[in-house]
Amino acid sequence: MRPIALSTDAVALMMLGLVTSGALFTAPKAGAAGPASEATVTIDNFTFTPQTLKVSAGTRVIWINRDDIPHTIVSSSGPRAFKSPPLDTDERFSMRFDQRGEYRYFCSIHPMMTATIVVQ
Amino acid sequence: MAKNTDLPTRRRVLDCGLWAGAGLLWTMSGGIPRSSLIGKAAAAPTNASALNFIQISDSHIGFNKAPNPDATATFKALLDRLSVVNPRPALMLHTGDVSHLSRDAEWDTAQQLVNETGIETHFVPGEHDMLVDDGKPFFARFAPRAEPGGWYSFDQGGVHFVALINVARLKPGGEGSLGAAQLEWLEHDLNGRSASQPLVVLTHIPLWQVYPPWGWGTEDGAQALTLLRRFGSVTVLNGHIHQLLQKVEGNVAFHTGLSTAFPQPAPGTAPSPGPMKVDPGRLRRLLGVSSVYYVRGQSRLAIVDQPLGA
Repeated sequence: MRPIALSTDAVALMMLGLVTSGALFTAPKAGAAGPASEATVTIDNFTFTPQTLKVSAGTRVIWINRDDIPHTIVSSSGPRAFKSPPLDTDERFSMRFDQRGEYRYFCSIHPMMTATIVVQ
Repeated sequence: MAKNTDLPTRRRVLDCGLWAGAGLLWTMSGGIPRSSLIGKAAAAPTNASALNFIQISDSHIGFNKAPNPDATATFKALLDRLSVVNPRPALMLHTGDVSHLSRDAEWDTAQQLVNETGIETHFVPGEHDMLVDDGKPFFARFAPRAEPGGWYSFDQGGVHFVALINVARLKPGGEGSLGAAQLEWLEHDLNGRSASQPLVVLTHIPLWQVYPPWGWGTEDGAQALTLLRRFGSVTVLNGHIHQLLQKVEGNVAFHTGLSTAFPQPAPGTAPSPGPMKVDPGRLRRLLGVSSVYYVRGQSRLAIVDQPLGA
């Protein structure tokens, strides 16, 4: 398998300014016992599913593009809080949400595609 | 713009979807659009002083999935056919999505194949060409003399060509957009021009509202059309939707060209606008290029759509 998940991860983290020494590989923050929790958003038929994903702080969200057309995951806020590279079929993008809040995002190639991550 | 209350009754509106595979000669006479299949009418004016040019679109170099495992091969096959077009086209217009993923290798391939035709070619980007650095690599390569936003205009053969960008800064939930700065430039660009000069406007996403639920339209396209409406002959060439669609509104004729890579479904006929899965034998009838002919003294440009396969 291509190491696409790791590289997109790195891009996202750099854009967030979160890259500190070893940040990619450190254990989850105190309070999250065991392995870091993960949640998945799938892209099928030009739609993010689920439309609204609720996660607890510290969760890593993974997007998987199952369409045969590339998509992106781009923060709707300005300035952009995050932006993925284009994801071709079956490629993934992930990032960890540490701060509570509502994160709206869209696909910058097909801007009708919108969805939200709610971090509780 | 002054409101003209009898505009709706004077304005003839034709809204028709024309399916690929039916190579089509498209002409306008006295405000009435007419179409006929290639082969049943003279396919092209033979007037030696006519300006003829080609619209190519949505080459998506790099696309390699069903229904087309090799978008480069179909692009090349279509360009090869242009070598026998007579008279030789004066220029080509590529209405965007040159690449699939904004990769240099994809643009290299497209540029090389276009250069091999020897035909002067002008480009506008599609959203697939804007994935890196807000399209800067695309503009540097394909429109180096454009305005800072990527738009430009030029005159050739008596026709004024205007290339507009409606794929930059797409907003969540939105359609294509031109933006205030570009509209201001357009107004300035058209200012003082004779209304009798034919205009050809190219944008990637349709300038008119084709199907908003799929984002197939330009949110401020109506403002551009207000500036264009005083001209006697306006032809708007678009790509993006990978199918033939034509509409005539007053003096403005809209035409979306075929992709050279893969077809997309008619508006609303599929769960999403993803590539149509068609069997290999049918694919080449759904890909193509358009030839456009302008004969001085005629009010309309004729457009002939040419599928790759019969």
